[in-house]
Amino acid sequence: MDFLIFKAPILMVQASMDGILIGILFALIAYGMALQWGVMNIINIAQGDLVILGGYIAYTIYLWGIHPAWGVIISPIIMFFVGWALYKLVINKVVDRDLFISILATFGIAIVMQQLMNFIFGADVVVAQSEYGTTMLFDNSVTLPNSKIFSAFISVLYAVALVIYMKKSRLGRAIRATAQNARAAKILGVDTEKVYAATFGINAALCGIAGALISITLTLHPYVGLPYTVRSFMIVIVAGLGNLPAVAVSGMGLGLFEEFADYILGTEFRIGAVFLLLVLILVYRRFKLSRKREYLK
Amino acid sequence: MNKIAKLFVTFISAITLALVSFTSSFAKVDGEYIVLGSAISLTGKYSSNGVHTQNGYNMAVDRINKMGGVEVQGKKYKFEIIYYDDESNPKRAAQLAERLIKQDGVHYMLGPYSSGLTKAIAPVTEKYKIPMVEANGASRSLFTKGYKYLFAVLSPANQYLEVAIDLAVEKNGGKGVKIAQAFEQDAFSQDVRLGILDAAKRTGSEIIIDDPLPKELNDMAATLAKVKVVKPDVLVVSGHTKGALTAIRQISEMKVDVPMLAMTHCDAAKLSKQHGKKSEFALCASQWHKNLSYKDKFFGSGKKYAKDFQKEFGYDPPYQSAESSAALLVFKDAFERANSFDRDAVRDALVDTEMQTFYGNIKFGPGGQNVAKPMILFQVRCKGDDCENRVVAPTKWASDKFYHPIPKWSERS
Repeated sequence: MDFLIFKAPILMVQASMDGILIGILFALIAYGMALQWGVMNIINIAQGDLVILGGYIAYTIYLWGIHPAWGVIISPIIMFFVGWALYKLVINKVVDRDLFISILATFGIAIVMQQLMNFIFGADVVVAQSEYGTTMLFDNSVTLPNSKIFSAFISVLYAVALVIYMKKSRLGRAIRATAQNARAAKILGVDTEKVYAATFGINAALCGIAGALISITLTLHPYVGLPYTVRSFMIVIVAGLGNLPAVAVSGMGLGLFEEFADYILGTEFRIGAVFLLLVLILVYRRFKLSRKREYLK
Repeated sequence: MNKIAKLFVTFISAITLALVSFTSSFAKVDGEYIVLGSAISLTGKYSSNGVHTQNGYNMAVDRINKMGGVEVQGKKYKFEIIYYDDESNPKRAAQLAERLIKQDGVHYMLGPYSSGLTKAIAPVTEKYKIPMVEANGASRSLFTKGYKYLFAVLSPANQYLEVAIDLAVEKNGGKGVKIAQAFEQDAFSQDVRLGILDAAKRTGSEIIIDDPLPKELNDMAATLAKVKVVKPDVLVVSGHTKGALTAIRQISEMKVDVPMLAMTHCDAAKLSKQHGKKSEFALCASQWHKNLSYKDKFFGSGKKYAKDFQKEFGYDPPYQSAESSAALLVFKDAFERANSFDRDAVRDALVDTEMQTFYGNIKFGPGGQNVAKPMILFQVRCKGDDCENRVVAPTKWASDKFYHPIPKWSERS
């Protein structure tokens, strides 16, 4: 039964489409993580929880009677300041320490955020309705929710806008300079403190966009942030830090992998498969790195 | 010893003293109060249902106390409950049960929310021989362990959707049906699944998809795509509120046509509110509905209970609240029949319980489960954009006819 996908090839088309659309969204979250990891050398465990918070912001405006799609504009604005505040409160104290301290700190932030979201928005699972309808292909046998198409489109739009911004704007150049060499940037007059805060803010804003998109495509719950953190972590590990096209490709790859794992192994093992893949990739990367090190000796 | 250490020691001893004097004032029966204990999820992932449970308990305590309390050996007593927040964590719940019994001296317990937490607490209450009446642990495995001090006012989980399969077979002219099912991998949902397996065997039905769902479920497109291909007669989904919400979202988006859709947790998920017309025709299992005709002298009817509850807490009572209120009625009845505060006498009285409450008839089977109350099924029906849960089975209480088959998405406006 589980191998139905091979008997009904149309399911492959469905799985591929679903995988790519959702993968683009994962790539957006991973892009934010890559950005602040590269600039600040911080692995943000709270990434997924920032996403969920962004989703709750979109859900809140939906409750006020505003269409939840506006969330992709409102949510990042609010989340930018949330990110900025988090930087000023916590991250700036760990930004120069080693990676382990920052993991602990952001892990703490994740727990606090989960509990606060549970407290403010309740433990119920919620959804926002976009009423975008469905696109049907191949005589109705492949269905693509328009909300997923919308979310992929918005993700690409924001990612491109951000790339242009990073290339052209003053702040973008400052961020890139800081990423290359924070000390040199500082000597040349870049206010790295501000750059860090802005980077963390931009990352949170990207999470806000992704969250708003998740509120209309999937479901929201205070405790479902972690899978998004793991996914983006994995995408970044595969793609590397400074490479947006690679992030996009590995995001879509992960989406495809998940969908096919879902069909073949069952939905139960979907997240399990992601974790397994993460372990495999880490082992492989480490293997490669250690070989390199030997070579360097 | 430096100053800070001294201060610290003083502080700790003060707290210990305060705790000792605080806890020793509670006992099984304190003056005119019968003290019950409960660990309940006020924070964490079960907090909304935990609060529903607590509200149900509190509502019944107030009502019973106002209407004269509990009469034991000619003296009137009132109920009082000590609550602790178990943070939705089974380990914490077991610790708190231990604390309630050993430190607070509680001799009678009320259950927590969810099967998982009840499972964690039951061994503790069993060990200390503390009678526990629980209202929110439906897992069948609770009733097969031979517990002697556990009593559940609700129907066991395996009965949740059995009726739905019977209904489908009936609509199919008595012939077996093709069932597609997706269940979360937790104690409760797996019991619901066992019930379906039994029903399938009994009716000669065939299970053509049997997908397990993860705890972090928010996407079940793969299962639904398979359902579209194999076209079952019934689709059964159980994965708590997230299962219900995810299923309806994706069934409507993917235009999955099934003649019958049966689920659990629709009311807890506020399905008809969150998804509106998209949730129409979904069939849901429920322990209770306010329109049922059961009665008792404390709350009157289900409708009256719902009205009073709404007045006090500002929302319509979900069945989790109703069954929790019923647990207190059971305790009161048992105390009065036992006419004693002896734990074993109370326990024996609980065994002999046979009563009607606004929530349903209550009589405990050998495992402690309630065997006197059937599950009900309601169907979401909409008038315009206004959707409501209407009881469709069992026929005795049905306010509406069961709508079958569900119209195709292409025919739905």
